[in-house]
Order: sequence, then C-alpha cells, then structure tokens
Amino acid sequence: MTQTKGTIVKVSGPLIVAKNMKNTNLFDIVRVGNLGLIGEIIEMHGDKASIQVYEETSGVGPGESVVSTNYPLSIELGPGLVGGIYDGIGRPLTLLREKAGERLTRGISAPTLSREKVWEFWPSVEAGDNLEAGAIVGSVQETSAIVHYIMLPPNISGKVTEISQGSFKIDDAIGKIQLENGSEYSLTLNQRSPVRKQRPVKEKLPPNTPLVTGQRVIDSLFPIAKGGVAAVPGPFGSGKTIVQHQLAKWADADIIVYIGCGERGNEMTDVLNEFPEIQDPKTGKTLMERTVLIANTSDMPVAAREASVYTGITIAEYFRDMGYSVALMADSTSRWAEALREMSGRLQEMPGEEGYPAYLGSRLAEFYERAGRVLTLNGKETALSVIGAVSPPGGDISEPVSQATLRIVKVFWNLDSQLAYKRHFPAINWLKSYSLYWDKIKDWFDENISSNWSALRAKILELLQEEAKLEEIVKLVGINAISSTDRMKMEAAKCIREDFLHQNAFHKVDTYTSLKKQFLMMSLILKYFDLATEVISRGATISEIASVPVKEQIGRFKYFSDDEIDKKYKEISTQIEIEIGKLAKGGDE
Amino acid sequence: MAKEYRTIDEVAGPLMLIREVENASYNELGEIILENGEKRLCKVLEIDGSNALVQLFESGAGINLENSRVRFLGHSMELGVSKDLLGRVFDGMGRPIDGGPEILPDKKMPADGVAMNPASRNYPEEFVQTGVSAIDGLNTLVRGQKLPIFSASGLPHANLAAQIARQAKVLGKSENFAVVFAAIGITFEESNFFIEDFKNNGSLERTVLFINLANDPAIERIATPRMALTAAEYLAFDLGMHVLVILTDITNYADALREVSAAKREIPSRRGYPGYMYTDLASLYERAGRLKGKEGSVTMIPILTMPEDDKTHPIPDLTGYITEGQIILSRELYRKDVVPPIDVLPSLSRLKDKGIGENKTRADHADVMNQLFSAYAIGKDAKELMTILGEDAVSEIDRIYVKFADEFEKKYISQGFYTDRTIEQTMQIGWELLSILPKSELKRIDYKFIDKYYKGSE
Repeated sequence: MTQTKGTIVKVSGPLIVAKNMKNTNLFDIVRVGNLGLIGEIIEMHGDKASIQVYEETSGVGPGESVVSTNYPLSIELGPGLVGGIYDGIGRPLTLLREKAGERLTRGISAPTLSREKVWEFWPSVEAGDNLEAGAIVGSVQETSAIVHYIMLPPNISGKVTEISQGSFKIDDAIGKIQLENGSEYSLTLNQRSPVRKQRPVKEKLPPNTPLVTGQRVIDSLFPIAKGGVAAVPGPFGSGKTIVQHQLAKWADADIIVYIGCGERGNEMTDVLNEFPEIQDPKTGKTLMERTVLIANTSDMPVAAREASVYTGITIAEYFRDMGYSVALMADSTSRWAEALREMSGRLQEMPGEEGYPAYLGSRLAEFYERAGRVLTLNGKETALSVIGAVSPPGGDISEPVSQATLRIVKVFWNLDSQLAYKRHFPAINWLKSYSLYWDKIKDWFDENISSNWSALRAKILELLQEEAKLEEIVKLVGINAISSTDRMKMEAAKCIREDFLHQNAFHKVDTYTSLKKQFLMMSLILKYFDLATEVISRGATISEIASVPVKEQIGRFKYFSDDEIDKKYKEISTQIEIEIGKLAKGGDE
Repeated sequence: MAKEYRTIDEVAGPLMLIREVENASYNELGEIILENGEKRLCKVLEIDGSNALVQLFESGAGINLENSRVRFLGHSMELGVSKDLLGRVFDGMGRPIDGGPEILPDKKMPADGVAMNPASRNYPEEFVQTGVSAIDGLNTLVRGQKLPIFSASGLPHANLAAQIARQAKVLGKSENFAVVFAAIGITFEESNFFIEDFKNNGSLERTVLFINLANDPAIERIATPRMALTAAEYLAFDLGMHVLVILTDITNYADALREVSAAKREIPSRRGYPGYMYTDLASLYERAGRLKGKEGSVTMIPILTMPEDDKTHPIPDLTGYITEGQIILSRELYRKDVVPPIDVLPSLSRLKDKGIGENKTRADHADVMNQLFSAYAIGKDAKELMTILGEDAVSEIDRIYVKFADEFEKKYISQGFYTDRTIEQTMQIGWELLSILPKSELKRIDYKFIDKYYKGSE
C-alpha cells in the first residue's frame, strides 16, 4: 500500500487539520510534522482530516507533512507487559527514560514490549491440531507469579502446521497456522489489538462471586462482584486514590491494571516504588509481578489521556482472555471526560451539559460495558472487574460525569469529605453507598464464610441507619432525653464505625482483613450489643456498659493477625460475657 | 533576518489576527513592533492556513493596524538562565526590573517546561520542618511536594508563607537552598512584605523574584508562574539546589486565563473558566517534584484566595485535585485570634505518610497525628452541640473533648508567626493535649507509645 502523505493546514493545540488525506481511514494513526508526533484521525471532511495529536504540538506549523501508518490506535500485547509502566498510548516509560532522560521529549517512539528479551516458550498444541480463534497455543513464564498464555489473535483460526519449543524473542516466529482460505499465518509471541474495540468473548455471564478486597466497609457492607463495575466518586482529599491503591494491592484478582489518567505524577511513582516491596498474600510474590501500570499524568498531553483508559482496558481484556481474573482501576474517569470535552470543544461540536460532548454518556457506558464475567473464546470462565474513580467538581455528584457513571455502575462507594475531615478512612459513607450485586453474591458469603453472614450484615446496616435517625433527635433534645436502649444502639453504632468500618491503610495488619476476620469482628461487636441490651432491660446503666474494659479489646481486635484471631476471639468473647454478666447481677439485686 | 509582517488584521482584547503569514508555528513567540519602536510580545494560539491568531502578553494599547509590524522569533517562550538569577528581580515576562544588568544566559529554557516522565520521578519523602505545628505535626510537608495555601481575602496567608520560607529546613542537613517567588497580580504592599521579609532574614541573595503587580498587564500573568518555575527547575535540576517556589496569587492567574478564553469565544465550563483549566493548572503544579539521580528539588507553595471563602469554587477545587494536599486558613479561627489560623481538619498533606515516623520524625508521629485529628473533630462536634443545647445535654466524655478542642486551638495551632518549633516540641505539645483525654479514648495509638508518653490520669 502506498503511504499517504498529507500537509498540515491548521494547528490549534492538540488538534491539527491536514489536507490531501483522502486516502486514509478514520481513526488511523498518523505521524505528524517534522518531529513525527503521534496522532489519530478523528474526523474527515473532503480531503481534510482532523487529527488529535498525542503529544505537545508546540512548534508545529502549516506546511509540515502528515504520514499515515494505515492502522488504528492499537497496543502490542505479549509477554513482558506485567510489571511495566506505560503511557496512554502504550509506550514503555522506563525505556523512554533510558532513551531520552527524565523528561518526556517529543516524537520518540519505542515499542511497548522489549525486542531483545528472550522468552522460553512451551507449546501446548501440536502440528495438525485445528484451532479456533483465541485458542491457547502454549505458554511463557512471564514473572514468577504469572504464566503468560500465548493465544491466537481473536480473528485467526486454522490448522497448526508448525510449532516449536525453545527460546524466542517477542517477534520471532514460533509456529505457523494454515488459515481456512489456505494462506499461512506466522505465529509470534505478541499480537496487536485495536484499543477502541472490545476483544471478543464467547459469552457474557452474570456475576456470582465477590471480588474480595480485604477492605471491611467494602466486603462486608457494599461488596463488588467479580466482573462487576463500581464507581468511587468523592471530592479531593476524601481518599479516592487511597481506596484505589488499596484495591490494587489487596483485591483477589490475578492481574491488576492500574490506570493513572490525568492524575498526579507522584502517585504513580508511589505505586512504582511500593508495589515491588509488598507481598501478595495469595502468591507470596511481590504485587508488581501481577500489576500493569498505565500512567498519563495531568501534565502529559491531554489527547493521550483520552486514549489511556482504552489502552488499559485492552490489556486487561487480553489477560482475561488467558483465563485470569483481572481487576482494572481507572483514576480518574473525570479527567478522561475532560479530555473528551477539550477535544470536542476544539472540534467546535455542539456541547451538551456543562460543555461535555453529547456522546459522553454513551462513551462511558461503552467503556464500563467491557467489564463482566465471561466465557472466553478458548472456553475459560473468568471475569474483568472495573473500578472507576470520579472526581466531581466541588464534590457535587449532580454533575454530568458522575450522573452518567451512576446510570451504569452497580456499586457506588460514596466518599464523604466530612468523614475524611474526621480522619475516618476509608471515608465511604455507609448511608449513601450501595451495592446492587448483594443479592447475587450473598449466598456465596453464607456458604463460604458463615451461614450467619447476611444476618450480621443486615444488623450492622440497621444499627447504622438507626444511629443516623437518633443523632437527629439528640441534636434537638440532647443525649439524656433518649431511652437507654436507644443510647445503647448509638453506643454500638459508634463501636461499628470506629472499630470496624474505620480501617488504617498504613497499618501493616489493619490494611487487609480476611473475610473470616471481618466476620469475627462483626460477631464480637454484635455480641457486645446484644448482651448489653439485655442487661439494660435489667437495670444496668449506659455509663457502666460504655466503660467496661473489654470494649477497648474489641477495638484492638483489628490489629491481631490472622493466626491469632481464633484464640483472641474466644478470649474477648468470654470476657464480654463475664464483664457484662457482672452488670446484670447488679441489676437483679 | 526573520520576516516582518504588516498584515495585522484585527486586535480585540488580548487577541490579534495576522494574515498572510508564512512558516509560523503553534506556540511560537512573536514580537510586535510599534511605530515608536516599542516592542511587545505575543504567542501563536492557532494557525489556520496563512492566518495566525496570537495572544498578546501586554496591553494592546497603541497597536496600529497600519503601522505596527510583527516578527516571529522561531521559538516558544523562553527564559535565559544562569547562576546569576539569584538575588535578582524580574518582571512577569522575565526581564530584569531591578536596574541591574541583563542576565548572560548559560542556556535558554522553554518556559512551558517539559513533562517529567513518571518513571523518573523520585518519590518525595524527606521531611521538611517548617516550625509550624499545624503543618509539621498534622499536615507534614516533604521536599518536592506541592502544597497550596487556600486562603481568603483578609486572611494572613502572606505571613504564613513568609514564615515557612523563613523557617523551613531539613533536619541534620545544611544544603543549597533557594527561594523563587512569583507575585501574580498582587498589590505592591503584599509583594513588598515578602521582599522586606527576605531582606530582613538575609535570604534575598538566595531568592529570585518575578513580579507582576496588580497594575501590570493581566495577560502577562499567564507567563509569570511559568518563568518562575523555569528558573526553579534550572536551580534545582541543573545546579542541584533545593528550591521553594511561592506562587501568589493563583486566583489572579486563573482570572487571566479566563480572560483569554472568553476573548477566544471558547465554550466556558464552570463560572466562565475554560474547560481546560484543570490541565493548564496541572502544567504548573506538576512541575514540582524530585528526579531520580538529581540532587535538587522543587517544592511548591501556591497561594490562592478562595472567592467568597468557597472551597468548591473552580480555582481551589481544581487545585485541590492536582496538588498533594492543601493548607486551609479559616476566618473563624482568625477572628478568635488563632494565628496562623490553619483549619487543620479540612487541611491535608497527601505525602505525609512517607515523610514521618521513625528515623524521619518520631515513631509515634502517625498515631499521635491520627488521634489528634479525630479528638479535635469530636471536640468540635460536641462543642457545637453544647452551644445549642447547653452543657448538661452532652455526656461527660464529650465535655472533656470540648476542653481538649479549646486547648488544642490555643496551644497547638496558635503559635504566632514568629515561633519556630522543632518537631520534638510539636510532638510534646501533642502528648500534653492528649493527656487531657482518658487513656481508653486513645484508640488510634499503639500501647507502647501510650506507656512511654501518656501523662494523664487513668
């Protein structure tokens, strides 16, 4: 194919218009100007094409050339992705640093995956096998924690004519496939996938198991399902990023894709520094060995920010297709929406609400819909869960991005600045948040953790609701005017808030709580509450109950590690019976 | 010799259209030459065929479509940098205004800066002792952080910023330290306050000043912080200095941004500010930081005044989403004569967790900080309840919390602008205050620290 060469006629920030572009396709990638900046065709009018450029366009002027690459925005997929950090269009940032220094010089390109690195490939098929699209042909040990399955691309199927075991570089031929039309396809360890298109699956399935995160307020009260979608909206300073980081650390997924979209550079550095140090409780390897980072920070070009979420989710889908359970965090989808708005404004499109383009809602829906529990092309049942942070201006979720997101997601963790001011973290408001997956996954909890789980959860939620109501009354008439039973409810709710919901992400034990421990914690608090309510009816006073020494032990229970909890649970449980029992006697006399 | 154009077609507000332009490029700097020889700067905002739309950096007064000429300079906005920047005063465009000689530059650096590769950032975790308890103890500043002060008209943000500039040090080290100060549309008096303060403590020769006063062209304010940050980057990453950048007042910067956007007839976002304001502010704030393998650092304290004391106004709001925390000043505290009037509850330092603790400040720092925050919050709530319902309506323990909250404001926060507390002193005051509370309330503190430091009754 001949290369189309156009000429720039207009430059307006990241938007460039070029002429003589008739022979190109919409959404093709082009190289712009003398520097060879990377851009994407987003509109065509006659022989003029509007191009969004993924790099800073300073110094580019009319007359310079535009060359089409004839392929759409895509990402190279293959061994070597895990543990890496890439920009919004998939360039490896560590390699760029080696090539160009500390700062992001323009026009440099580098392949996503290392060309030099040699991988040991073990085939799992033989010559003569007939393979369907997406079939697994073999594997590579990518990190000590991850076996990378090499698959046929989703549009290739046919008969294996040749396949070899051995050491290969990423684009060496490892075998040959004879396609149905008779032509031959040379198999390599890598494949390319266009990022704006969902990778196909055989079937979508409804979610049925929770994605355990080790975060008490999430797992116990507002759980997300594997394959589910959740949104975390909150004003600045309410701890969105910490919630996202905690999920990236502790969610029980095999692969984590973390997209820093238009956020702070230092946050990505933090992940880069910290994850290689933290041990994954499941595999015992470091967290970095299951993590892929996409970083398009707020000072990096705005157009690439728009692409970053697609790049990220395509990588996530690729690992899902191998049969891994994948969780993707996007922080923050609002910055992505703003990038859409900026490009839309420059294209002089008719704006919708608050200047956002009218297609904002459909783009968001399209993105979140790529999550789900699925049957992959090669017949594996697995899930891709997506958790998106939303940064509503002023924390007011009546704005378009929050509203469009809430129409799609099924879990809503509402971050509350008032809680954050009190340093109650995670600042997830228990009255406003919800999880619509609860009905689908509650049986799982009852069967796998304890048959009592959903009963305890209901009781906890009820107490928290009651507390909110009682607080209103106390504000009007004072604490002494309400009954002892009601005061006991408030006492218990306080205990739930401070000793259970509050969780310190920086404490080495408290940062992750197993489901079993969560259950024991809930049981202890409710046991205290039930026994106390009983003795109150027999005359014990609130101040007696509130000052029992065992209360402090209940509060400290969260700091015990999993191997001590059974013992400690028994101790504290007996202690509750003894200490509260004593008060009951006082009542009898 | 670059070609000169006499084809200015339109001037309206800060924008100017030039026709029949050849070879100009996006973001290129241009020079407008008036009939009397006066030169003014502009930059290319959009170039469409042979039409160049430029943005003026100075007033358009005196531009004559017939006689004025434009010359494009072939580069974007730049600052000539050298070691001699230190101790000098420049205008908002980086031209000396202290009567001294022109700078003989070692090199020229693009004022827009180039984004740092996130993979080459060095995570900031070096504790900076500012001597202010409310910052050191609760909202700890670290080297390479961007920590804005959210203030409002009539509050003493300048005093606090000057106090930080005066007292800030890294424990156990004496290093190359410099201050870059950018006055963005502030009054002569306020700018003079800073200059006098730098003079009085003898730090003026370690300071670079970029001054755009309230009566200087508003449009120049778009360039001022960029010039300042370019100087800071040079000092930090080329000369290995630890630079503290004070930008005041970002609100004026954002208003200038809005002015240009309105002139371009762009679709406004909230309150008329442009939709790209987040990105634009980020291109300033994200220039703070540290780089792997480089000695120096850029620590940034932008100051902004919240219109109507409203934290949800787009300027503080977008700033808060980019910066690594915020120090919020409170009118209520200032009325109570608490100085510096730092409202610690909504204030935050996102980078504190890696900057505090054993070998950095003290092992009990994080626990004490969490406990102080939570106790003060409870105390404030209880106090509010008490004012409505009377003292009897709150429980015994709440009354203790109220006492704690009062003492906390008096002893911990209100230290004055000229008290320089060490971190040890700050920690000690913290424990004195926590000792007001019964031991069982200290749920967020490890037993071993309680045993060691708690002085209250059982």
